[in-house]
Amino acid sequence: MSEAREQILARIRGALGDGPAEPGPLPTYRLAGTAAPQERVERFAERVADYRARVELTEDPVAAAEGALAGRRVVVAPDLPAELRPAGLELIEDTRLAASELDALDAVLTTCAAACADTGTIALDGGAGQGRRAITLVPDTHVCIVRADQIVETVPELLTALGPAARAGCPIVLVSGPSATSDIELERVEGVHGPRTLVVLIQTSP
Amino acid sequence: MMEAARDARPLPFPQAARLALRDPQLRANIRLATTTIRAKRAAVVSELPDWQQLRDAGRTIKDRALHRLDDVLVELEAAVTRGGGIVHWARDAEEANRVVVDLVRATGADEVVKVKSLTNDEIRLNEALQAGGVRPIKTDLAELIVQLAGERPSHLLVPAIHKNRTEIRDLFRQQLGRPDLSDDPHELAEAARLHLRAAFLRARVAISGLNFAVAETGTCCVVESEGNGRMCLTLPETLITVMGIEKAIPRWDDLGVLLQLLPRSSTGERMNPYTSLWTGVRAGDGPRAFHLVLLDGGRTRVLADPEGRPALRCIRCSACLNICPVYKQTGGHAYHTVYAGPIGAILQPQLSGETGHAATLPFASSLCGACYEVCPVKIDIPRILVHERAKAVRAESQGLEGVSLRFLGRVFAQRRRYERAQRLGRALQRPVVRNGHVRWFVGPLKGWGMSRELPALPLQTFREWWEQRERGT
Repeated sequence: MSEAREQILARIRGALGDGPAEPGPLPTYRLAGTAAPQERVERFAERVADYRARVELTEDPVAAAEGALAGRRVVVAPDLPAELRPAGLELIEDTRLAASELDALDAVLTTCAAACADTGTIALDGGAGQGRRAITLVPDTHVCIVRADQIVETVPELLTALGPAARAGCPIVLVSGPSATSDIELERVEGVHGPRTLVVLIQTSP
Repeated sequence: MMEAARDARPLPFPQAARLALRDPQLRANIRLATTTIRAKRAAVVSELPDWQQLRDAGRTIKDRALHRLDDVLVELEAAVTRGGGIVHWARDAEEANRVVVDLVRATGADEVVKVKSLTNDEIRLNEALQAGGVRPIKTDLAELIVQLAGERPSHLLVPAIHKNRTEIRDLFRQQLGRPDLSDDPHELAEAARLHLRAAFLRARVAISGLNFAVAETGTCCVVESEGNGRMCLTLPETLITVMGIEKAIPRWDDLGVLLQLLPRSSTGERMNPYTSLWTGVRAGDGPRAFHLVLLDGGRTRVLADPEGRPALRCIRCSACLNICPVYKQTGGHAYHTVYAGPIGAILQPQLSGETGHAATLPFASSLCGACYEVCPVKIDIPRILVHERAKAVRAESQGLEGVSLRFLGRVFAQRRRYERAQRLGRALQRPVVRNGHVRWFVGPLKGWGMSRELPALPLQTFREWWEQRERGT
């Protein structure tokens, strides 16, 4: 093992030689939410919209996606389920497209792994229909279909839902609204390097 | 250039602060920005019913990691390695820079895209890259602004906080060759997007820092807004991430706490736009090679001081800067360090060993305690400030100040000496007293007297009055 490694570990052990008091047990905090499913969906929709993303509650997200993406060149993950592919759109499957090829496309259509109502966050973990990270990054519009039953209330619940993917080594991206910056006078401005338009279609059951 | 500017011997804080106070535009910009962000933070914090519990949990999580940091780092190393990443250890800045530059050169690339990282600034990685023949491309909007202006960052999170939109427009008009630009922030952001997109698409190597590294799962976590972080973490073939060893946290679930505390405390948002979480490499998704550099760089020295140790809990949210009455007046440049504001005043002297310029920073505070109140991991900053002041004073106690204070201590220790000193002082002060206050400070007292009022010694003390009264009856 490297000399630097051994020396840093030895320094740490030396530094902790005073036997600092064991930190107490983790204080309790709100793990699970208490909102009813309907309220959870509404809060999610409201908070996604706060980020100036477009939000739509719909029983038919495929039709809504088709409406949102008409006439655009849309990339999708190869494993996007057939029933989620709008028939009237030109869909390009991501066959390891180069970044420059992705840059030439207009939009991406995906599913998500989970979503969080408290923060209006969608989570992508590369599971079915979500694709690799680059496809939700380079095109300028991201349309994401979220099933109402994928929405949890709190951030700890979201992390719990993502735990198995993290343990399996899947890359995860949490998306809260379109790309933004607050670098100019701390005013939030949408649209820097990531997709400038985020459309979240919440699929409610009929 | 910022690098060049940092080479100049920095002024001690009091002098640097005086210069900053003479710039009304700077002060107006910083006042506006900090006021805005404080209001935003307060609004999103009040939304959470368990904010105080979350702060307690945040503190405990970081303390748990620090308490057995050796085990946590070894666990992290194992998990990252399992995930296909390669872990490097660096005792100091020089070693970290050498590791990174060698890694970049081994790829054959002559430029790298970089996402803003305080740790990278701390070790002055950009200079090392340039010296190694590698061109670093900074990709954060604020860093681009600061770089184009040839300045230094002035805030942990919003490095261009000292510039307003008109100043940025003028800069972009000149430096990006876009005379058409207005001062609309949307337009300015778009200009940056166009400017950097080509660099992202061709980049082969990226360098980043990180916010958290989960030992249990080997997950690295970068929290950002613009998407330039995602670009750097996703598109290039090789990713090199440099982290201070205090960024390690034990468990995946800990993120459930920290990802609530950080965005609300820093940008005043419920959640920042993008949070990237990755473990090593993933076939078919993102970089094919991942290197994680674990940097000590003075952190074990901080860890060795039980009083100063809590500074290592810091998650770099910058809430303490935004709330600080001193920072609000001077901005970050006066601190002349990578870490400015209250946290900088306790972290920087510890990291760099309480010498020279950094030793003046703990005095840049009125000890009002606002920083402690907003700190999401409950670092008792005022307490550590006092501790660092004591260290600085002890280090210089041989000077005139130390001698006079020791002498004063001897005088004050005995009643008779004390009373004699009082009478003497009364006689000596006469020429410099106006309206009951000492108005004229000379020599070493000049600096002290500039911002303080010293009431004159009374013409009669209570004891004298009492004695007179007893005699009179």
